[in-house]
Amino acid sequence: MILVIAEQKDGQVNRASWEAIVAAQQTAEPVVVVVAGQGSAAAAADLAAAQVTEVVAIDGPGLAQYTADGFTAAYAQVVAERQPAHVFIAHTYQTRDFAPKLAARLDRSILTDCTAVKAGTPLTFVRPMFQAKLAADVAIEGPAPHFVTFQIGSFKVDELAKGSAPAPVVAVSAAVDIVRQQPDAPFREARQAVDLTQAERIVSVGRGIKAPENIPLAKELADALQAELAASRPICDAGWLPMERQVGSSGQTVAPKLYLALGISGAIQHVVGMKGARTIVAINKDAEAPIFELADYGIAGDIFEVVPQVIAALKA
Amino acid sequence: MKIAVCLKQVIKRDSTLRVDDARTWVRDADAEFEMNEPDAYALEEALRLKEQHGGEVIVVSAGPARVQTVLREGLARGADRALHVESDALAQADAFAIAGALAAAIGPEQVDLVLTGLQSDDQGFAQVGVVLAEKLGIAHATIIMEVKVEGGALRVKRELEGGWFQWVGLPLPALLTIQSGINTLRYATLKGIMAAKKKEIRRVDAPAGVAPRQKIVSLYFPEKTKQTRMITGSPADAARELVRVLREDARVF
Repeated sequence: MILVIAEQKDGQVNRASWEAIVAAQQTAEPVVVVVAGQGSAAAAADLAAAQVTEVVAIDGPGLAQYTADGFTAAYAQVVAERQPAHVFIAHTYQTRDFAPKLAARLDRSILTDCTAVKAGTPLTFVRPMFQAKLAADVAIEGPAPHFVTFQIGSFKVDELAKGSAPAPVVAVSAAVDIVRQQPDAPFREARQAVDLTQAERIVSVGRGIKAPENIPLAKELADALQAELAASRPICDAGWLPMERQVGSSGQTVAPKLYLALGISGAIQHVVGMKGARTIVAINKDAEAPIFELADYGIAGDIFEVVPQVIAALKA
Repeated sequence: MKIAVCLKQVIKRDSTLRVDDARTWVRDADAEFEMNEPDAYALEEALRLKEQHGGEVIVVSAGPARVQTVLREGLARGADRALHVESDALAQADAFAIAGALAAAIGPEQVDLVLTGLQSDDQGFAQVGVVLAEKLGIAHATIIMEVKVEGGALRVKRELEGGWFQWVGLPLPALLTIQSGINTLRYATLKGIMAAKKKEIRRVDAPAGVAPRQKIVSLYFPEKTKQTRMITGSPADAARELVRVLREDARVF
């Protein structure tokens, strides 16, 4: 049996959790879904539409808001009772916060950020290595259950198998004793002045731009294309462009007609924010950069030689 | 405040990687290494906390003899001393093995705070910090963008997804995994480099009998899932062709 730990916020199931259910369904093992916290009853009712044998909703004192201590204790109880062969979870920020702790608590192995499952006995899992320049097939050893987390976007929600009737929902009250984290309500920083999500064309810069003095070159290209200027995280971390122009898991998620990546290697944290673009162009001097896996058009070359020529060609 | 910072030595980001003959790891015998970038931000945060609140910063690394280079670099940037859990097997170990090794070094030190980067540039598990907190029996919070020490406890700003954040209070001792960009990195001064030569790197025995929990069956360059058209030629020719295909084929403007 595969136990899927689903994530919910105010009763709304996280989209990536549906993907984890799809991953579990595609192994042909029976699937049980568990969801915790305030709102878990509403989320469980939605999750019951999937073709699964059971949905478990956990609530109780200490689980009103997400905390690593509270949710680890609650899930540890369910995993210990159900004895699954695998536990599948979407690799969200919340999962990164509690899942390694949960596996360590139960002294079981956890493999994170997987992108595919390879059939066989035992199952093997595909995951990126070295900033996604390489991929590895990994087998998990030691006693079950084995915990596996899946990168967001690795499975398609529209491949979800739905049941002919809703799956039974079981409500469980968890005994959570000590919660050391005291969370305030989540908040957003001041409203973003730049809405990259609406941009038709985006020119985005990465580490390859090398120095802040070179940003105007990218800006000139953006202007010639009537595009917005954006960047990967390291550029914003360094303060070369404001945080509001960051594309990626910690910035904005964009889907323009054209995404032109300059000196961007294509680390997954960036890719999740832009892979929905219709046409992707990459210019990078490293011909093996993972961004070329994703690009429709690529130029393996020095951006400082190529970009001025592109600007000239656009103006010609 | 007594702070331990975990530093991982990883293959340099822009290295050309080659898979080894066993097809389970990269050829790293002649590779260039560097400090894992998120860990550098964790070290910087520790140094700033020490400047504000006093105390001691201990840098810790688990790996073969070569990881002393990053420990020495940490000392040059301002850490007070270093712990090295030396084992060749830890060079490509899973997160549980590394967390176990780090716990063996940090546990007896009775520190107030442990900082790690949020993940490593090589295997990228994003596990070691959280597993280490569980092994040490201390509270943790992940992907931290700001740290405040208030009345013997912490208030930290956690990064959530899609531009959301959250302040979380937690008691000391605690472990935090630090997000890149939390601060601006300092680099070692000549004075720091000279001072580091006199600072102690103490060796700690790796825990015995830790069986690997995960096995890389095969390491390879990912197959292309998308048909990429690589445009070749001189910069001028490639640029003209790119503009033509964007206008005529992709029709993006």
